[in-house]
Amino acid sequence: MAREITGMVERRGFGLWLTHLVMIAGVLVIFFPIWLAFVASTVTQPEIVRPPMPLWPGDQLIENYTAALFAGVNVPVLTMLGNSLIMAVGIAVGKIIISLTSAFAIVYFRFPGRNMFFWLIFLTLMLPVEVRIVPTYEVIAGFGMLNSYQGLIFPLIASATATFLFRQFFLTIPDELAEAAHVDGASPMQFFWDILLPMSRTNIAALFVILFIYGWNQYLWPLLITTDPSMNTIVMGIRQMFPSGDDVADWPVIMATSILAMIPPVVVVISMQKLFIRGLVDSEK
Amino acid sequence: MATVSLDNIKKRFGPTEVIQGVSLDVADGEFIVIVGPSGCGKSTLLRMVAGLETITEGELRIGDRRANDLEPMDRDIAMVFQNYALYPHMSVAQNMGYGLKIAGLPKAEIATKVADAAKLLQLTELLDRKPRQLSGGQRQRVAMGRAIVRAPSVFLFDEPLSNLDAKLRVQMRLEIRELQAKLGITSLYVTHDQVEAMTMADRMIVMNAGRAEQIGTPLDVYERPATLFAAQFIGSPSMNVLEVEGRDGALWLGDMRLPNPTGHIGPVMLGLRPEHLTPDPEGAIVMQVLLAEPLGANTLLHGKLATGQGFTASLPGVHALSHGGETLRLSISPANMHLFDTATGARLG
Repeated sequence: MAREITGMVERRGFGLWLTHLVMIAGVLVIFFPIWLAFVASTVTQPEIVRPPMPLWPGDQLIENYTAALFAGVNVPVLTMLGNSLIMAVGIAVGKIIISLTSAFAIVYFRFPGRNMFFWLIFLTLMLPVEVRIVPTYEVIAGFGMLNSYQGLIFPLIASATATFLFRQFFLTIPDELAEAAHVDGASPMQFFWDILLPMSRTNIAALFVILFIYGWNQYLWPLLITTDPSMNTIVMGIRQMFPSGDDVADWPVIMATSILAMIPPVVVVISMQKLFIRGLVDSEK
Repeated sequence: MATVSLDNIKKRFGPTEVIQGVSLDVADGEFIVIVGPSGCGKSTLLRMVAGLETITEGELRIGDRRANDLEPMDRDIAMVFQNYALYPHMSVAQNMGYGLKIAGLPKAEIATKVADAAKLLQLTELLDRKPRQLSGGQRQRVAMGRAIVRAPSVFLFDEPLSNLDAKLRVQMRLEIRELQAKLGITSLYVTHDQVEAMTMADRMIVMNAGRAEQIGTPLDVYERPATLFAAQFIGSPSMNVLEVEGRDGALWLGDMRLPNPTGHIGPVMLGLRPEHLTPDPEGAIVMQVLLAEPLGANTLLHGKLATGQGFTASLPGVHALSHGGETLRLSISPANMHLFDTATGARLG
């Protein structure tokens, strides 16, 4: 057993090459479509439609990206990026606030129906967004929130998953800490701000990454409630760029939009990754 | 600095009464140790004084105020927890000053008070560290510091040394006692360790199953245990308890005849501390030695009596044991014999 483990760690010679070969092949397979999209965003429309498709970047990079960002097809991509950013951040921050406070209530306060509320929240985990999308639409339409940021954000804010995660984390914090704060004279909210929140920092960072991407990748909901192109988010906006009817699709601009749509989640993952890996390394509990 | 008085304090969780009426008057500056086995209610009692548990019945007074319904912070107490309960994301200085910050003291004043307490506890160099960078003993000191900074009337300790290794525990025991004596702050200290209780207490409360079996000075409890439980709990190794019968002016254990210090007639429980037994060729107690544990200064001899009961004697010096089955005759001075009622366990005489 022990020998097998050392073998895995210190693989040499042929084994080393083989593992790298498989890894590189895997990366190429995953990366190839993204590369194609990037190439397509740097050439002209005729070059794309004429087979064979080019495999190396052309000279239209700046032109295509400028066109996408400031003109777009229906609406400038910059507007869609802004909408997506507001929605994704709104959803991530909103979900974190709601689930932190509800987990705080469930773990630290004794009130009638506490367990029932927890299980009710937990039950909603089992219902995917699509199941309740028609009634949700009704409600949002009734509030007049179609084509608005509130309409994009609010219905997606409640989060059983995040509530559950924070609850589990709070349960690992020793009761003595809450009692020490109580003896120190901290009110429940002071305990929440001064102790619970800083201790949850790394969990918040990890959740923010997950929830930001969740918000960014929303497709069905924005598609339903935004009819005004200026409220389009980028993920659904890409689809809206395809022409209906016989018009020609402007592939270089669409591909440039796709590449642009990928950048913010990648930036969030890379920048936050450092934070939560550091959080994992010097874990404080 | 204040007195604390508990008047028939009771605690019920539903129908179960976990504290069955404890009364105690603590003098100003006194160090009281509450000792008992786990589950005896000692921590619950302390937490009721702290205000972390509600008091079901009875009255608690801290200083001259009724404290039953006061918030912990208004009781003018500070508590040291078993797991230290330091805030992990705050530095030592922030941990110590958090209570003062909540109380709304100006920053400069907090810094001075923290610095003073740190100096007292030799923590000055560690003020900027985080709890996870400290050793167990240092964390314990920070927890103490957090209590001291607030200059409370009463210190409450909930098994503060149980997470430390044996050597450090002895050292911290002395430090806590010295510090308490220097500051003169009334203290309640909960522990399950009878050595801590014996060495630290001005007076101790021996608790069992929610009742105070005995309240008294450590020597009082050792020399005149009020109940069979207190007798067996305090003292190491624990007291030998034998069922004997009083008749014809003596106590009979099978056919072993022992003096009868109280003149009690009928069945009675006899307690003999292992360290009070002396080897005596004429001794009435005949013990078959099965195992010897040399501790250096003394030797523990474990074995059984002719009646089959297990028995332990602690004799000074080193006793080599010849290959098993050795018979030893022991005697004890009547002054060191403790008699307890068979039914109630209460002390007789």
